[in-house]
Amino acid sequence: MTKTVLKGAITSVAILAGAGMALAEGNLVINGDLELTTEAPAPSHIEGLTTVYSGWVFRDSFTQAMEMDDFDNPGMLFVDAGEDMWNEPAGTSGKACADCHGDASESMAGVRAVYPKWNEAAGEVRTLEMQINACRTENQGAEALKYGKGDIVSLEAYISMQSRGMPMNVAIDGPVADVWAQGKQMYYTRTGQLELSCASCHEENYGNLIRAETLSQGQTNGFPVYRIKDSVLTSAAGRFVGCVRDTKAETYKIDSSDFVALELYVASRGNGLSVEGVSVRN
Amino acid sequence: MKFTRRDTILMAAGASAAAVLPIRAFAAGEEEIAAFTGGAAVGEGGVTLTAPEIAENGNTVPVEVSAPGAVSIMVLALGNPNPGVCTFNFGPLAGAQYGSTRIRLSKTQTVTAIAKMADGSFAQASSEVKVTIGGCGG
Amino acid sequence: MAENVTPRVRVPSSAAAGEVITIKTLISHIMESGQRKDGDGNLIPRSIINRFTCDFNGQNVIDVTREPAISTNPYFEFQAQVPEAGTYTFSCYDDDGSVYTDTKDIAIG
Repeated sequence: MTKTVLKGAITSVAILAGAGMALAEGNLVINGDLELTTEAPAPSHIEGLTTVYSGWVFRDSFTQAMEMDDFDNPGMLFVDAGEDMWNEPAGTSGKACADCHGDASESMAGVRAVYPKWNEAAGEVRTLEMQINACRTENQGAEALKYGKGDIVSLEAYISMQSRGMPMNVAIDGPVADVWAQGKQMYYTRTGQLELSCASCHEENYGNLIRAETLSQGQTNGFPVYRIKDSVLTSAAGRFVGCVRDTKAETYKIDSSDFVALELYVASRGNGLSVEGVSVRN
Repeated sequence: MKFTRRDTILMAAGASAAAVLPIRAFAAGEEEIAAFTGGAAVGEGGVTLTAPEIAENGNTVPVEVSAPGAVSIMVLALGNPNPGVCTFNFGPLAGAQYGSTRIRLSKTQTVTAIAKMADGSFAQASSEVKVTIGGCGG
Repeated sequence: MAENVTPRVRVPSSAAAGEVITIKTLISHIMESGQRKDGDGNLIPRSIINRFTCDFNGQNVIDVTREPAISTNPYFEFQAQVPEAGTYTFSCYDDDGSVYTDTKDIAIG
C-alpha cells in the first residue's frame, strides 16, 4: 500500500512538472483576493493517500486561469441563473426559496461544505440535489427537478457559492456510517468490462495520463463543475453516471441510492479542501 | 440540452468525410484570406497570436491576438470544416489592437491571425494547436 | 429570441481621462454551430451570435464578426479608451435577428 502511495505522488509531480503543465504554485486565488485550499493532508480514513488535491491542480494553466476570475468563469452564468431561481416563486405555494431562507449568503453559508448529510426527519442521507427537490415538492408545491444538469444544478451552484472557501467537512460516522461504508466499498470495487474501480484511476493513477488527459483524484469539492468539453454545469451525480459508463459497466440511475452512498464517500475524501463554488474543468 | 461526446465532436468537426477527401479545390482558408486581403501579399511580424500548445479540450480553446497599428485582425482555424473564426475590427476608441476569446477546434491544426495594418499592408502569425481525445468521455 | 441569453459585461466604474481599460464580456449563448445532429439525425440549424459591437458615447470601440467556431458562452476581452465620462453600449447580434444590448457607465476620477 505504501508503494502505491509513493508511486502516485512521485509520478504526479513528475508528470505535471515534466509535461510543462504548471503544478499549481501555491493555492488557487480567485479575483486576486480569495485563496482556496487545493492541497490538504489526506483524511485519515484514506489509507492509500497522504495528500488530497483539488481537481484544479491537474488542469492546464489556461483552464486554471478561467476559474481564477469570477468574470472569466463561465460557471458564473449559471450561478446568476441559480440566484434568479432562489428569488422566484415556485409551485402552488407561490413561495420562493428566499421567502423561507431569506438571504442565501447567511442561511446557506456552510451548507455545501457538509453535504451529503443525514436528514433526521426523513431518516436518510441526502445529497444537496435531493434536499432541493424535497424542499420544492414538500414546501413549495413545485415539481421535482431532474438531477445532474439543468436548473437544479444552477440552484445548487448558487447555494455552493455561499460556502466558497470553507473546507469540506462531511460527517462519516453516526447515522451515516453504513451508507458511507457502502460508498467506500463501491469506490474500491472493480466493475465493468474494463474492470476499473474509482480507485484504479483516481487513487492509483492521479497525475498520470489517460490517453491525452491528466487524471485527477476525482474530488468533488469543486462541484458543480463547468466542463469546457460541453459548456454546461454538471453535478457530482451527473458525473458519476458518466464515470461508471466509462468503465463499460451498466451505469446506475442518477437518483439511485448507490450514487448517494458514493457521493457521500467521495465527498469525505476531500474533507479539508475548499468548496470552490463552481469550478472549471475539462 | 444534452451534449453527448458525439455532439461535442460534431459541433466543431462536421462531416468527417470532408476531412478525408483526397482532392480539395482550395487550400484551407485560402478563400477567406483572399477575400480579406484582396490578393495582397501577407508578411510576417507585428502580429502576436497566443494559443495553447496542447488544448485541454477542443471545445473551448482560449486564444489572444495582438497587432499594434492594425485596423482589423482575422482569425482562421485552418483545420476546421469552416476556417472562419472571427474578425476583430478596431474602431477609433479601441484602446489597443488586441482581442481575447475562446474558440472551437475540431482537431490538431494551425490557427492563424492575419492583421490588416493602417497602411494597407497585411501580416500574419500562426500557431499549431494540438487537440487530443481525452481519456474519459463521460 | 434564443433562450436564456444573458449578457454580462465588466467595466471598471471609473478611470482617469485618457486611460485605456480592459473590458470583458461573457454571454450565455449556445452558439449552435449548424454541424450537430439531433436524435433523429436531422441537422440542428445554426444559431449563433454573429456580431458583437462596443460603442462609447456614439463612437465605435470594436466590431467583431463571429463564426460558429466561437465557443458556447462566448467570452471576449478587449481594450477601450476612456476619453471622458460616458456610457459604453454593447450589442450582440443573433442569427435569428435578436439584438441583446447592455450598457455600462464609467466616471472619470
